[in-house]
This record gives sequence, structure tokens and C-alpha cells, in this order.
Amino acid sequence: MIPYGLALLLVALSGIPGLFLQKGGGRIAAILQGLGALAGLTASLHLLCGGRPWTLSLPATPLGSAGLLHFDAIAAFFLIPVLLVPACGSLFGVGYWRDRDENASRLHLLYGLLTAFLALLVAASHAFTFLLGWEGMAMAAFFLVITEDRNPETRRAGWIYLVSTHTGTLCLLGAFALVSAATGSFAFSAFPAGLAGTGRLTAAFVLFLLGFGFKMGAFPLHFWLPPAHAAAPSHVSAFMSGVLIKMGVLGLVRFLAWVPDPPLWWGGVLVILGALSGILGVAFALGQHSLKRLLAYHSIENIGIILLGIGIGSIGKSTGHLEIMVLGYGGGLLHVLNHSLFKGLLFLAAGSVVHATGTQNLEELGGLARSMPRTSAGFLTGAWAICGLPPLNGFISEWLIYLAAFRGLILTRSPWPILTLTALAIIGALALACFCKAFGIVFLGEPRSEHATHAHESPRTMLVPMGILGGACILIGLFSFLGLPGLDRLVADLAGQQVLPGIGELAHLPALSVLAIPLLGLACLLWRWARAMPSARQVPTWDCGYAAATPRMQYTASSLADGLVSGMRIVLLPKVRWRRILAIFPSPRRFHSHLPDPVLDRVASPGLDLLSRFLILFRILQRGYLAVYLLYVMLTLIFLLVWMVV
Amino acid sequence: MEDILPIRLVHLLLHGLTALLVAPLIPGLINKVKALVAGRQGPRILQLYYDLAKLIRKRAVFSRTTTWVFLLGPIATVTVGWVAALIVPFGHFPAPIRFEGDAIFFAYLFGVARFLTVLSALDTGSSFEGMGSARELTFSALAEPALFLGFATLAKYSGSISLSGMLASPQFTLSRVMAPHILVLTAWFIVYLAENARIPVDDPNTHLELTMIHEVMVLDHSGRPFALVLYGSSLKLLVLGALILGPFLPRTHYWWLDWVAFFGALAALAVAVGIVESIMARFRMNKVPQLLLAAVVASAFAFTLLFA
Repeated sequence: MIPYGLALLLVALSGIPGLFLQKGGGRIAAILQGLGALAGLTASLHLLCGGRPWTLSLPATPLGSAGLLHFDAIAAFFLIPVLLVPACGSLFGVGYWRDRDENASRLHLLYGLLTAFLALLVAASHAFTFLLGWEGMAMAAFFLVITEDRNPETRRAGWIYLVSTHTGTLCLLGAFALVSAATGSFAFSAFPAGLAGTGRLTAAFVLFLLGFGFKMGAFPLHFWLPPAHAAAPSHVSAFMSGVLIKMGVLGLVRFLAWVPDPPLWWGGVLVILGALSGILGVAFALGQHSLKRLLAYHSIENIGIILLGIGIGSIGKSTGHLEIMVLGYGGGLLHVLNHSLFKGLLFLAAGSVVHATGTQNLEELGGLARSMPRTSAGFLTGAWAICGLPPLNGFISEWLIYLAAFRGLILTRSPWPILTLTALAIIGALALACFCKAFGIVFLGEPRSEHATHAHESPRTMLVPMGILGGACILIGLFSFLGLPGLDRLVADLAGQQVLPGIGELAHLPALSVLAIPLLGLACLLWRWARAMPSARQVPTWDCGYAAATPRMQYTASSLADGLVSGMRIVLLPKVRWRRILAIFPSPRRFHSHLPDPVLDRVASPGLDLLSRFLILFRILQRGYLAVYLLYVMLTLIFLLVWMVV
Repeated sequence: MEDILPIRLVHLLLHGLTALLVAPLIPGLINKVKALVAGRQGPRILQLYYDLAKLIRKRAVFSRTTTWVFLLGPIATVTVGWVAALIVPFGHFPAPIRFEGDAIFFAYLFGVARFLTVLSALDTGSSFEGMGSARELTFSALAEPALFLGFATLAKYSGSISLSGMLASPQFTLSRVMAPHILVLTAWFIVYLAENARIPVDDPNTHLELTMIHEVMVLDHSGRPFALVLYGSSLKLLVLGALILGPFLPRTHYWWLDWVAFFGALAALAVAVGIVESIMARFRMNKVPQLLLAAVVASAFAFTLLFA
């Protein structure tokens, strides 16, 4: 309890000194965040390695006597990314967002506060503390998104985020009310069996799904995510994409932990949502031209993978196949941690690119692997992990979900496992294509513009956090079996059962570690062997003998993804503007392609415009005279009086 | 009988030697078949071994555009081939390393090779190689579901998620091959042709930028890295060949006869690829996705048949 409290205090106060200092505020914030992360990680690891959970409760509160905070395995697990990623992010911020930059002290303050609210949220075990943490998180994140509030695009992204998050909160309020009406308490506790099938709980499930779906960015509630992530400073994007959206998963997991007998269709709905988010997330990522928007769409994809895991786990629980449940839940939850690590890493590397070149447009970048070798190694590690390629951590969690799906299709006759399996295979192939594009276009080849030509490697404060996150990705990938006891405990908490088959018995994780040895060993040997021969360097690319190629003639990001994007044009509806070339000696032509978001640009924006045109009629009521408002008050009172009497 | 230690050792030795040495024979055999069908003498069957020996002694040329990423592609191709050979059974004897879920690891290993080969190609900054990369990524995204639906079918049939359980299962005899297996074989043969860059998906012979996918991605490799590329692609022919042949190998009562059957089947596969290449033209690029979709549909049907 003490390390957790200490961590909460340290991160909450980390931005305060910066308010009173001319410079050095960012440095102090980073140190405090780092210390807070150390304290919190000891608490988490202690609990996951077998420590006892604790509860904080007030003896007599108007809210009932139940605990306000409960630090169990789920809280301990989610606390790891909640503290680790912002600690790395704030250190990154020292180099990335100088103290003299726009709104720096506000940024430091809110970065710390957001961390504190998230740390509060993970341990919340009462609707009151949960919603307190939830709203604090929403507001802090809103002000972080609009750090560069002089830019109208940023303000727009911030408003979209604010509206979505509050719509989500509204759903949550309704859901908590329904749950308390059914159980008689606002505290988080297990439901009696048989309650889950009732109409009230069905409504609560749908409302929770909406509320948490907005936060985690599940399709089609994802639309706030790409603009917000693209507009925020990169270490804020890393924090939001790596950690904040996972709070939706946390909420869903908390809710599922209360239910001893989830209906089968809940799992089915989660699998469908997961497949939809996963496939469409990566498909829309393929068509993006902006590096950070591309990464944002990949967050939607990874939320899809997590939902597939949790959904198949829930199906295992409903059908009584404990091994499917354990593998699905284990894979889904491990992917939460893994995604926060590699997505944090990718956003920081993207921030490093933006810092060095001043642009996040893929078509203007290129050749950065030579000018920024460390950043490019960091991005490559993140890309490798996010594609789920062995031997890094992304593969471990996806592998567990695959195993759950395979066991599901062997053991049951339900259609969900094969859907999960196919969706994962498609997501895997498309994610690989997308990160070939992202890494290949940004870091390889020749620079495509002046911006990229004059790029320089980032300072050490920005490289060290990337190293920490990348190192964590590699360690989890290579030594995954060491984390098995903690993962077993976590799954037991989520399942609400203590006697379960261990993940280690179902999935032979040490075999993956053993196979990594020949994989890396052979690669090293071949690397040395291939470089042992003297070679000719400083020659141009052969390129079939075409000597006069310019950097502008390289393959672009759009053309690399064109095969897949135009293959899926029925779903993606890309907007392409160009005129057919007919003349033998044509004049210069322009080609323009753009992939609008299907929900934001096609439904939400036009729909809300229409709505606001209608709502303008109500302006008549708002006259701006005090007397008129007093009249409204009086009319209301009279109405209420009449209503009470009658 | 097969559990006796000396025989296990012989199996392991044969497995290792096959993985290390036999692979370059397969392209030689395919080319010989193509030459014979066309009425030519053709290169020797051992030609690839000579080519590799020559390339190993040659200096490599690296473009000044390339970085350390450039070498990763060739290295990954060979490493992945060898590690995959550790977990795929050759014939009816289980692979040296086997565990539940190694089929998924197997598929993702080739993902690593594809990822790094594409990055190596993009590292040269050449638009030809970019074009090849784009096609490779597009087509492999279609081949992946076909591969996994095939795995799902075999897993449902054998109750195992391990390649050794799925492919070298004692349940498999020729008499028990059923409609789902034939559909999986059809789908996987298409995947095999696409993954190994053969006609009708890709043309391994031409260096014309309009026709090639895999060949264009390795345009700038030379010397030892190029030797790795050539050896790696022959290794892929072997390992994926062992994968798609597994469920259809007849099982005999003698372990040595099982090995003969395996090598015979591998040779037959090479001949089949050679004949396909001799009698067909490469498809137009916009027809290739339809072929691969046919593979996806075939394996989906296979699963549905087993499911019903």
C-alpha cells in the first residue's frame, strides 16, 4: 500500500515544481515520474509474484462501507504500463518539449496528473472512485491533446476527443446505475450466478461496451483517436495510445470479472468487435500519409487483437472449456502490456523523426536510417514487435490468442474460434505490409525532401526512453516463461476462480525461448560470414542500369500500399483525384489521394452539422437578458408546484 | 520400433542433412524438367551448387544508398529456413523440435523473412524494388488466410496444433485422405507457388520489371548476400514442400521406406512445379489476387466440410 501511495503522490506532484521555475521543470518532472514508476513497479511486481492484495476503505461513507480502492492482480498488472510509459515519456519530453516551448509547464503538470488519475483508476473498486479517476483522466488528456492550442486543427481534434469521451462517460453512468439497481451496491463485487442473463444486465453490458468502446477506440467508436493522436505532442500520443486507451480494456475486464456466467453471445460480440476493429484498423492505417495517424490506426488494430483474446476467453468461460478461457484471457491481457510497450516506443521514435525533420508526412521523409541510426533501430524494434513477429513480445501474446482459437475450434463447434483465427491471420499479414511501408519509406532509401536531408540524431534524453521500451519488448519476447506465475495469477483474478489450468501447461513458452537461440545465433554467424568478404561500396544503386534516378522517382508510401488499398476500395472508399494522361507529351499532372475516416468524415461530422443546424432553433431561448433567465426559473418553479399538487 | 535410440539418431541425422544439403537440388530439378519439356538440354541438376560456390568467392557490391538493413533480408531468409526446418516433419518422423502451437510459429517465421526481405529491397531506394515489394506484400496478405485455414482444417482433423501432430500423424494413410485434404492440398499448392515466386504468380526467369515480384526485390544483392538469397529460396522450396506434402505421404511399415517416399514425393512436387511452369504463362498481375482468393476459398471449403 505504501509504495502505491508513494507512487501516486510522486507522479501527481511531478509537474508542480515546474510551475515556479524558469527552467528545469521538465527535468524535475522526469525524475519524479521515474521515482514514482520505481515505487509503483515494486508494488506491482510484489503482488504479481505472490504478495497479498489490499483494500482501502473508509469506515463510514455515504457511499456504503465497501472498499474504495482494491489493489489486486488486475490493478497491479495495469499499473505497470500506467507508470512505465509516462516515466519514459516524460524523460523523452526533456529533449522533445523544451521548457521554453509552448505551454511547457502546463504540459508537465497535466502529464503528471494524468498518470496519477490513471494509477487511481486501475485500483478503483467502487463506482465513485472509478468515475473520479475516469473523468480526471478525460480532462487531463483533453488539455494534453490541445497543448499546441494555437493551431485550429489541434483544437478541433481536442473537441472531438472531449465530446466522445463524455458520451462514453454518460453510457458508463447509466451502466453503473443499472448494475447498482440489480445488486444494490455501487461497489465492485462478483454477481450472483444467473444475474447475467437478465434484461437489466444485458442493457448494462451494452452500455459498458459503448462507454469503454469509446475509450479504447473500438470500431466504429474509434473516430476521435486518429486526429487526437496526430495533434498531440508525440510523448503525449505515446502515453494516450499506449496506456490511456487501455483503460477501456481495464473497465471491460473489471466488468467481466464480476460475472460468473457470461452468456455465449457476449463473447461473440467481443470477437466481432475485435475482428472489425482489427481488420479495419490496419486497413485504414495502410492508406495514411501521416506517420502519427498511421500509428493511431494501428492502436485501433491492436485493441481489436486484445478484444479477440478477451472475447475468445469469455467464450471459453461460457462453454466451460477452462483452457480456452485461460489462453484467451492470458493472451489478451498480455497484449495490453505488450502493446503499451511497443506502441509507446513507436510513438517516441515517430516523435524523434518529427523533432529532427519537422514533418510527419511520409512522402517527405526517407533515408533517415543513415542520419538517425539509433532512432531507426528503435522504430524497427517496435515495428518488428507490433507485426507479431518472433522472437519479440508481440508474437507471444498473439500466439496465446491463436492457441485459444485453435483449441476452440478443436474442442467446440461454435463459429467464433475460426473467425478469430482468420481475423488474426489477415491482421498479421496487413500489419506486416503497413510497417514495411512505415519503416521502409521513412527510414530507407534516399531522402525525399529538404526536411529529411538535414535530419540529425536526437539527444540522449530522447534515445534512452526508446531503449528502455525496446529492451522491455525484447526481454518479454525472449524470456516470456519467467512471467508465467504472474500471468496465471492475473487470469485467476479475471476468471474469478482460483483452480485453473496454468498457461505454462497449455502453451509451451520455453520452447519459443529455446527456438530464439538458433534464430539469433545463426543470424549473427551469417552476418559475420556475409561481411567477411571485402566488398565495393560507394557505388550507386544498380536499378537495372538506370543511372539518372532522382530521389523523387522512388516508390512512395501511397504507391507501396496501393495494391492493398485499391484492392479493398469497396470498404475503404479512398478519394483519388487525377486526370487521365492522354497526350503523347503531357503537361505536368497532379495526383492526390486521401483516405477519409469512415465514421468521422462520413457519418459523425455531417450528422453533427445537421444536428447543430436544427439545434440552432433553440437559440431563441437564450436571449442574454438576466430577466428572461429569472422568468425561466420562475416558470419552472410554478410548473413543479403544479406537478406536485396534481 | 521407431523408439529405439539408434534409429532416432539416424532420423535426426537424416533430417539435419536434408535440411542443410538437399535444398539446392529442387530448383535444379525444376529447371531440368522445364528444359526437357521445352526440348532443351538445360543446366545440370546440380547447377545451383556451382552457382553458390562461385558467389561465395565473389566480392559483394553495396550501393551507397543502403544501410545495415540491406543485409538483414538475405540473412533472415536462410536463418528462417533452417529454424523452420527444425519444426517441420520430413515424412512421417516427428520433427526435432515440436510443441503445441509450432504451426503458428512456423507461419510467422516466414513473416520475419518477408518483412526483412521487403525492407532490404526498399533500402536500395530503387523504384523497381519498391514495385516488387508492393506486389509481394499484396499477394502474401492473400496467401496468409489460405495457409491458416489449412492449418485449422488439419488441426480439427488431427486434434493437434503441432506440425508434427498435424502432418506426421499416424492417422494419415493414403486410404483416409478425404475431400477436405484434397481441397487443402489444392489451396496450399497455390500458396506454395506464390510463396516461392513460381509461375503463374511470378516468373523466376525474367528480369523484366513488369513481370517480377521476388526476383526484383533481390536485384541489388551480389556476392555472399546473393548466395544466401539463392540458398534461402531453395530452402523455402524444401521446407514448404515438406509442409504441403505431409498429409498425403503414404505410410509404410519400414522407416527407411518412409524416407524414400518423402524424397520421392519431393521430387514429384518439383516435377509438378516444372510442368506447371512449362505449360502455363504467368498471369496478368491483376489476375493473381483472384488465384490466391481461390486458394482461400478452397481452404475455407475444406474447413467447412470437416466442420459440418
